[in-house]
Amino acid sequence: MFIQQLITGLSIGSVYALMAVGYSLIYSLLNFTNFAHSVCVMVGAYVSYFFLLLVADNILAAALCSLVVAGVLSAIIEKVAYQPLLDKNVNRIYLLIAGLGIQIVGENLVIVLLDGRFHAYPTTFSSIPIKLFGISIGLIDLIILGVSSLALVLVELLIRKTKTGLAIRGAASDLNTTALMGVPVRRLITIVFLLAGLLAGLAGSFTGLKYTAYPSIGSLTTKAFISAVFGGLGSIPGAVIGAFFLGVSETMIAAYVSSSLRDMFSFVLLVVVLVIRPTGLMGKATEEKA
Amino acid sequence: MTYWIGVITVTGIWMIAILGISVLTGFTGLFSMGHAGFIAIGSYVCALVSKTFAAPMWIGIPCGMAGAILVGVLIGIPTLKLKGDYFVIATLGIGEIVKLLIENVPQITGGARGLTDIPRSTTFPLVLIICVLCVVFVRFFLTSKHGRNGIAVREDEVAARAIGINVARQKLIGMAISCGLCGLSGGLLAHYMGYLYPTMFTMAKSNELILTVILGGKGSLTGTILASLILVPLPEFLRTEAAQEWRMVLYGVLVVFVIIFRPSGFMGDRELSIKGIFRFFKNRFGKKAEGGVGK
Repeated sequence: MFIQQLITGLSIGSVYALMAVGYSLIYSLLNFTNFAHSVCVMVGAYVSYFFLLLVADNILAAALCSLVVAGVLSAIIEKVAYQPLLDKNVNRIYLLIAGLGIQIVGENLVIVLLDGRFHAYPTTFSSIPIKLFGISIGLIDLIILGVSSLALVLVELLIRKTKTGLAIRGAASDLNTTALMGVPVRRLITIVFLLAGLLAGLAGSFTGLKYTAYPSIGSLTTKAFISAVFGGLGSIPGAVIGAFFLGVSETMIAAYVSSSLRDMFSFVLLVVVLVIRPTGLMGKATEEKA
Repeated sequence: MTYWIGVITVTGIWMIAILGISVLTGFTGLFSMGHAGFIAIGSYVCALVSKTFAAPMWIGIPCGMAGAILVGVLIGIPTLKLKGDYFVIATLGIGEIVKLLIENVPQITGGARGLTDIPRSTTFPLVLIICVLCVVFVRFFLTSKHGRNGIAVREDEVAARAIGINVARQKLIGMAISCGLCGLSGGLLAHYMGYLYPTMFTMAKSNELILTVILGGKGSLTGTILASLILVPLPEFLRTEAAQEWRMVLYGVLVVFVIIFRPSGFMGDRELSIKGIFRFFKNRFGKKAEGGVGK
């Protein structure tokens, strides 16, 4: 029983981690909360749903499809909405507001064009349990955990080992100086949005598989924000640790205490962290300098 | 006729909350995702005080305001000192917590089924008077030292600090005033509707309120008032389901466009005044007349 819950918790945590890493990447570069992130998650969930419905009953292919669409969407959002604002070098709050506007458009457009209902994925896949050392574990949880972990490792490798990754790390520490070093920062920002979108699309596909697809599914990104704050805003390892912690403890609370207290726990955790140690596990307190 | 008076009354009640958010976002440069939560605190505390102690409204409403201010300041103290989006995410959390708390303590709040039998003592003249008082109060606040300090913080935090403004305290004052106005609006709402339920105060509601402020113009009091006069009763004119949904799509698109092309909103940071209107018409139409004189 406990092991089963742990696996479920880890798989939920890994999905949170996918969202939180994308969010933290953007935050570390541009210092703003990208509310449009939730649109990518939602689109990911719906693309997978329609892929399974219309094309083929293959969850991995569907996830791949979601990933690509959401990644491209994220890059387009950056080009259309954020780039003009970044060019004008406006106050950070404008970026937040633009993101909020995109989130509202996305969510309501789905309601208008499709409907507001819940759509369960048309796949036989989700109910198969497998026996492992005498305990039955949902195959779906193992696949989510496996694929998400793989994606997270790939992102980590990209950031640590490649030239682009070096540029991202540089930009995270100081965007303007990195630009002076000859790094094409604008392209870098687009790449980071693309990357965040890819992860969000994957996360959307998996949350859709677990919870069905519905218009406000993107609001799960608030859990990613909480994970990121818990781990320290802008810190990517912190976001991953926070996400896994949140996923596991939410599942445990739902299993052993009460499922109605699950969300309550996350938000109370958020407020407690903000009151006691607002910089989170790995964040550093920064003040605005001239 | 009573229907339209009802619409105007509700508009007035929400306008008080929107004024509060305008003080926070428009004049201090802070962004909150959960102000519906503060309205909820105000309304539930007020309703519960009025119901349990059979107290009149003028005791319940200050209690609700105090509750909203207390929670707002408690969350503001640790987060407003930090650079970054800690405050935004904290308000998002508070908004959700309040809603979840109301849903999960049905013994006290009536849970998801709602709180009923609140004495309906809010009347149209009362809302009108309070609305005017609030506008006057905000106007005085904005032209006071603290209001001007807040605008300085909005424009440039570092520069504001350099001239000796206590930025964190200034933000906290903005937060307290905005929470207080939201609490007031909540209390009036509770006593107007006669019932409350948690889904009145969702994140979507917070978003709608903040969008109204932004469309009206960050930093324009008259812009905010105009925007709330137009946008709050708008759903009453669009009674069909489809129109309601398109309304939110349109709001979103409008906000993105406004932010990209006219970031300061409809009115910018200018105020509408009788003098201003005269000047506007003079510039518009006066030019033609003067053109003949050969200036």
